Amino acid sequence: MRVIVPLQGVVQGKVGLFWGSVIPCALFYFLQLYLKRRHRSQPPSPPPAPSPEATSPPPSPLNSSEKLHEVSVLPRTLSRILLSPRGVSGPVYVSSRANSIAKTGDSPYYVGLKKVDEDLCHEIDNPNGVIQLGLAENKLSLDLVQDWLEKNATGTILGEGNCRELNISRIAAYQPFDGLMRLKVAVAGFMSQVMEESVFFNPSQMVLTSGATPAIEILSFCLADNGNAFLVPTPHSPGFNDDLRCRTGVEIVPVPCRSTDNFNISITALDRAFNQAKKRGQKVRGIIITNPSNPVGNLLNRETLYSLLDFAREKNIHIISNEIFAGSAFGNEEFVSMAELTEAEDHDRDRIHIVYGLSKDLSVPGFRVGVIYSYNENVLAASRKLARFSSISAPTQQLLISMLSDSRFTHKFIGINKLRLQKLHNLFVAGLKQLGIECARSSGGFYCWADMSSLIRSYSEKGELELWDRLLNVAKINVTPGSSCHCIEPGWFRFCFTTLTEKDIPVVVERIRRISEAAKSHA
Amino acid sequence: MTLTRTKYPTATDSEDQKRGPTGGTGMKLIVPLQGVVQGRGGLLLGSLIPCALFYFLQLYLKRNRSSNSPSNPSSPAGSSSNLTELQRSSSRSNLSRTGSIGRVRVSNLASSLAKPNDSPYYIGLDKVSQDSYDRLNNPNGIIQLGLSENKLCLDLIERWISENLNHSLIGNDVTLSINAIATYQPSDGMEKFKVAMSNFMSQMMRRSVNFDPSNIVLTSGATPAIEILSFCLADHGNALLVPTPYYPGFDRDVKWRTGVDLIPVHCRSTDNFTLSITAVEQAFSQARKRGVKVRGILISNPANPVGSLLSRDVLYDLLEFAREKNIHIISDEIFAGSIYGSEKFVSFAEILDPEDVDKNRVHIIYGLSKDLSLPGFRVGAIYSFNKNVLAAAKKLCRFSSVSAPTQQLVTAMLSDERFIQEYIEANQKRIRQIHDEFVARLSQLGIKCAKSSAGFYCWADMSGLIRPYSEKGELDLWDKFLNLAKINITPGSACHCIEPGWFRICFTTINLEDIPLIIERIRNVVETCKSSG
Repeated sequence: MRVIVPLQGVVQGKVGLFWGSVIPCALFYFLQLYLKRRHRSQPPSPPPAPSPEATSPPPSPLNSSEKLHEVSVLPRTLSRILLSPRGVSGPVYVSSRANSIAKTGDSPYYVGLKKVDEDLCHEIDNPNGVIQLGLAENKLSLDLVQDWLEKNATGTILGEGNCRELNISRIAAYQPFDGLMRLKVAVAGFMSQVMEESVFFNPSQMVLTSGATPAIEILSFCLADNGNAFLVPTPHSPGFNDDLRCRTGVEIVPVPCRSTDNFNISITALDRAFNQAKKRGQKVRGIIITNPSNPVGNLLNRETLYSLLDFAREKNIHIISNEIFAGSAFGNEEFVSMAELTEAEDHDRDRIHIVYGLSKDLSVPGFRVGVIYSYNENVLAASRKLARFSSISAPTQQLLISMLSDSRFTHKFIGINKLRLQKLHNLFVAGLKQLGIECARSSGGFYCWADMSSLIRSYSEKGELELWDRLLNVAKINVTPGSSCHCIEPGWFRFCFTTLTEKDIPVVVERIRRISEAAKSHA
Repeated sequence: MTLTRTKYPTATDSEDQKRGPTGGTGMKLIVPLQGVVQGRGGLLLGSLIPCALFYFLQLYLKRNRSSNSPSNPSSPAGSSSNLTELQRSSSRSNLSRTGSIGRVRVSNLASSLAKPNDSPYYIGLDKVSQDSYDRLNNPNGIIQLGLSENKLCLDLIERWISENLNHSLIGNDVTLSINAIATYQPSDGMEKFKVAMSNFMSQMMRRSVNFDPSNIVLTSGATPAIEILSFCLADHGNALLVPTPYYPGFDRDVKWRTGVDLIPVHCRSTDNFTLSITAVEQAFSQARKRGVKVRGILISNPANPVGSLLSRDVLYDLLEFAREKNIHIISDEIFAGSIYGSEKFVSFAEILDPEDVDKNRVHIIYGLSKDLSLPGFRVGAIYSFNKNVLAAAKKLCRFSSVSAPTQQLVTAMLSDERFIQEYIEANQKRIRQIHDEFVARLSQLGIKCAKSSAGFYCWADMSGLIRPYSEKGELDLWDKFLNLAKINITPGSACHCIEPGWFRICFTTINLEDIPLIIERIRNVVETCKSSG
């Protein structure tokens, strides 16, 4: 019997039952511990490496994952052997997150943008260049911004009056990192105005950042720890993944929406994604919605918002509502802000956070102004501190205070901009319809979300990317394939029409026609 | 296995294997499951089954814990915001599962940041913002000597902007210019802005070094520049060495979001707080003993707060050290143009051989907040020779980019070399003047300052005034300055200085005419300290 169970010899007799179970368990525990430590110390450096190797770059992860820098990695590993430890001058370690960040950006979305950079279509200089339909910019109403600037710019930055010293201090000196109070008041007013005064925003619940991108990142730093997850309905805006994940270490759990529902969010799908994530051991900390949605352009109705809120309450998670297109809703449907709901639901607001910005609704992405609007005091306090990494330049703040306080200008701008958006949208949709391409129903934003699944050769992501490639290189238009937006159904494309003018539309339609006819004849 | 088989019959009599009530001498209960496993693959199963059970127990505990914590956050976040947490956990027990409307959890980072500031540096700044001195309106307010701003030459900047604003912002060709400020721009800065910046940096360093615009990444201030570099050079849990006393903001910039730690390397007053390689070595090997991976060393040159310059020899030693340990060097040269002494400033870029592979490990931080007195503009720069770091930093700039109107304005300003030259000379002259005056007056009070030749500060030794000779004594004195004398200065402990009794006094926010008042206020404190002692 002695050997039947390990250590029986040692424990037999006295407290056998106890030791007989504790000792194997302890041994097993230490084995686990040993394996774990070994595993952990491996990625940064090979384990048995006291001095020379400990500081060397990890050869294995680099070689396997870092295709971009293959060339530079190769001599690195080779040269190390030849060096004596005294004169170690091998390339120095770069953090693994930097390596993975440097690697991102090979998705078709970025490839397309880069291509446009090199060969941009220009009426006179480069008529055969690539037409940009991939970047979310609105140039339809820039003339209004320009008029205003011409009249007012100088006075607004330095201020009027004779007290020179005071005037320079207001732009040169340190300002609160989370934005000047006067700008917050102006932005709050503007937000109410674009939402047709349906909701009042309190400037003291606001943190201003250098763009909506850092606003979302700061929120995810505040709401989730490394390794936690957010539910994000797909299709979502391209590049969103990288932006959210690269520094926060937060994961994204996609919640697929379907064309049969016009890509609306379904609570059932949310629930399923939540439970699956939970089963995988992921902690879901919130939902990130975009309303009006990007890329589809539909609005979330009041009922959906309420059921989202119920869902969030039931799971005790946050809601980040990205309402950056709120003022670019051009349809007849009413836009409902998440903030409107909180006015009724007094006790449960601290899970609601709204992201806004001036890049879309005021067409000034170059100004880099984003907004976090939250009801959660802790989140606000933390965000104010984190805004030191993403603060807005004071001259720009002064400029915007005057621009947004000029309510005659903002009123005119919002009205005219909506009309122009609607007109161009209708023209573009009609143009695509001539070619037999249908778009999802949309009432906000800068995009047509077009179904080109009939034109793809194989109904898969591969087929979609082939079509995208032909559009970019043969037809010379840069659009965003659905796969970059993590759309689950292949064959959808995002067309941004707000960088065009009316007379560009026939040109674009003509270019697509060539591709669609080739595709049809091929079939 | 054969061994097991052969020994089995001889082990003990088989009666004992039958279920006996007690295990006195019998073997039955000695090891759990023995009854099941005996005979066949005893050795294997006998070890496997307890291990498996234990493994499942661990798994069960782990899952239990992980599903618990989101709904009951009192353990991780409990220490942070004590009052609200209390409510949360007590109310939760009364709630039914479906209507769980307990407060929603925020991240550990947020709950630690939401706590009020406790560093005297930030307490002082807060206090000043509530009760700031003004010659006419609030003559008894607190005089700000804690924020590192330079207001000596704002008149020059003001004049330039008022003459050139329209032209630089809107430009001559109106249709082109709206596209240059309103639309998306490269997030790491426009090309012409980089060219102007690199040229400005060389001009500030008296053309002793040329900067290549393609090695520059522009950010919204030096603060994000430091954070981005920390993200790129070190992983969570790694550390950077930093000589003390250091700029109090490093603790936030480097540590908050990156998870990187700072390891102090203490400098002493006997060396005029000059960096010694021996101390660096020591800190490095101690960190390694603790199992911490050191990825780099963060220096500021000219030093903040001391104001001393690193000599060429020290820079070479540092480079040698970094090469030997294969780590990075981050050199914060944000005060490079604010030199008033006779010593010459040597940039890290200057000592690098263009062919040297080691330049890959050197990264320079710069910005316009100090040398051009424009902290409100939020313009910072990373200058690096490392292509990987540059590539990653360019992408991270999406979170910290400079507003396009500011880029246009600053590009025009920096490109006006005549103005810049005039500005540099005037600025250095004015800093020197006020520094010399201030130091002389302090020395009349018996307060000596460390030798300095750059920056906006006096690093003053008031150890004679503190009692007890400890951090507590220092903070007591700081409190007296803030609340009795009504001047806000930065205690050495906020800068992690190892010797108590040193204070950082920023003199560039005041005029020459303010000095007598400040000296008077300091004198009051000095006299109360002496009379009580």
